[in-house]
Amino acid sequence: MSTDSMPSDELVSLYRTMCVIRTYEDRLAEIYTEGKTPLFSIAAGPVPGEMHLAAGQEPVAAGVIVHLRSDDVITAPHRPHHFAIAKGVDLKRMTAEIFGKKTGLSQGKGGHMHLFDPQTHFSCSGIVGAGFPPAVGAAFAFKRQGEDRVAVAFAGEGAANQGTFHESLNLAASWHVPVVFVIEDNHYAISVPKERSTAVAKNSDRASAYGIPGVYVSGNDVLAIAEAAEKAIARARQGHGPSLLEIETTRLYGHFQGDAEAYLAAGEKDEWRHLDPVPRFRDYLLHSGRMTPDKDQMLQAEARALVDEAIAFARESPDPDPADAFTDVFANA
Amino acid sequence: MSTTTIRKLTMARAISEAIAQEMERDPRVLVWGEDVGAYGGIFGATQGLLPKFGEDRVIDTPISESAFIGAAIGASAEGLRPVVELMFVDFFGVAMDQIYNHLAKNHFMSGGSVRHPVVLMTAIGGGYNDAAQHSQSLYGLFAHVPGLKIVVPSNAYDAKGLMIRSIREDDPVMYFFHKGLLGLGWMPSDDWAEVDVPEEPYEIPLGQAHVAGDGKDAAVITIGAMVPKVMAARDRVAQEGISVEVVDLRTLVPLDRRAVVAAAQKTHRVLVVDEDYRSFGMTGEVAATLAEEALDYLEAPIRRLAVPDVPIPYSRVLENTVIPSVDAIADEIRALVK
Repeated sequence: MSTDSMPSDELVSLYRTMCVIRTYEDRLAEIYTEGKTPLFSIAAGPVPGEMHLAAGQEPVAAGVIVHLRSDDVITAPHRPHHFAIAKGVDLKRMTAEIFGKKTGLSQGKGGHMHLFDPQTHFSCSGIVGAGFPPAVGAAFAFKRQGEDRVAVAFAGEGAANQGTFHESLNLAASWHVPVVFVIEDNHYAISVPKERSTAVAKNSDRASAYGIPGVYVSGNDVLAIAEAAEKAIARARQGHGPSLLEIETTRLYGHFQGDAEAYLAAGEKDEWRHLDPVPRFRDYLLHSGRMTPDKDQMLQAEARALVDEAIAFARESPDPDPADAFTDVFANA
Repeated sequence: MSTTTIRKLTMARAISEAIAQEMERDPRVLVWGEDVGAYGGIFGATQGLLPKFGEDRVIDTPISESAFIGAAIGASAEGLRPVVELMFVDFFGVAMDQIYNHLAKNHFMSGGSVRHPVVLMTAIGGGYNDAAQHSQSLYGLFAHVPGLKIVVPSNAYDAKGLMIRSIREDDPVMYFFHKGLLGLGWMPSDDWAEVDVPEEPYEIPLGQAHVAGDGKDAAVITIGAMVPKVMAARDRVAQEGISVEVVDLRTLVPLDRRAVVAAAQKTHRVLVVDEDYRSFGMTGEVAATLAEEALDYLEAPIRRLAVPDVPIPYSRVLENTVIPSVDAIADEIRALVK
């Protein structure tokens, strides 16, 4: 780990966030298979549709969002749960949404790729690269209204080849607005490896084309991420303009649940598992004396309880009424 | 006499076989798009092409749709015949300018001197709880723009013949395959689409509807994944003594208006069923054609059943409410003949 500058309680808080995310994603992975065996059908079970899980990518969410306030804005991609959890989206209502229930964030209309929570200023989209422009717009609104809020757009490394990425970096730089672009480099855009799709090894180098700082953080190391994010977010909040972070991370599940990952080389995944950031950070905290084994046990039990409670709430919640399908198309119907 | 080998194929297999045969026949045919190589297409439409034709002709692209769809415009003008896949029709928004201002219009704007033999293929449709950004049909949106031919097969036989014809067309063709017809093991799938398909290449001309079922009391005009649902509803009302003609349009552009009119002439009562949005779409165009050219034959108002102008909801109970079901189609037929 790269820094000892953070107080122990903040480090443990980062770990707690990572534990909740991992517990949540692992539980969803299990629940997702309900009703889908012996024959897998994407439409069956209590949680149907596509499911993109973020286990392995916890350090990105925890390390960046620890520096955000509840009134800061996040736009997230199709793999959104870790960001939502770190931002403080209500886990019960989020889970109910993922179960398609009336008590969900969007009364079951959105689902796992389309989570909207105005309370924590969180949203996500199923369209790759779609979150960059709205984040620039939110940042523009903050500047215009004289607020010291910050917008952060998260996306995968595949999204950095979208026009929206380049257009948004240019617009943010020319408007000088408080936005931070964060690229999660999990090495694969579904099946296509980064080196086969991207002309430069590091997307962070692309920042130079727009005259803004670009930093690459390797190793999926939550402390290195937190350190880099602190600078970028402070810079934005202090009115010094946008910046770009690219963070190396690992996708421990497939692109979506049910992805056979036939495109991976033999043993490639084992390497990632070996670098699993949650046990690595736990070991660091235990060995450096920042966290006791008892505290670890307690945090893990808390995470399980939180997730159990959210899932129970979702399971017990009622389905929407069929007539709900016809509402909310317009605000002024 | 040549011997013809006929096998049952899933629609995904029929599509990839059609592309493979055209690639063998014509070295100018190439495939590119997201995950079309090692993955074989997220929905299997390019399965087996990479091992057969190699990375020079089956190319995984970055997630840069404006660029790789726009590249098909330049490549086709300079001698290639690209088949380009973009995973979901819902994703086309990011590349629309290249499609509707350039791919669709260049032939016209150049006075016919520039040709774009491009097939843009994509997956459409809902019914598996993937919500509003992964479940649309949207072919009506593209059919609205002059210059794009619009193909929407309902079964494997049509899928192969229409794909071969599409690749041979000198115009841009948008080819929409419904996820629920492809025979994917991991998706609710209509076995109806898995039919006998000759191994030899063959063409189905664009603009020829197919009468999928004969009938005399009413006609249902439909397309794509609604065809098997309408056929199921037809079986259901047949038990009540209602005889229904089913017209599978197969392509929206060109639209087989003669088949539309013929259905009205024959049965005098017409229902139009679609999985696309109701307003300003296929059902409206067919109804307008009937009003213009077949009003005198009609003995009842035209009825339409389509997604009722709401985005596709995620929750199962809500999605089932808005996508036309066999029950809803049967009810519409009963109301039509009453």
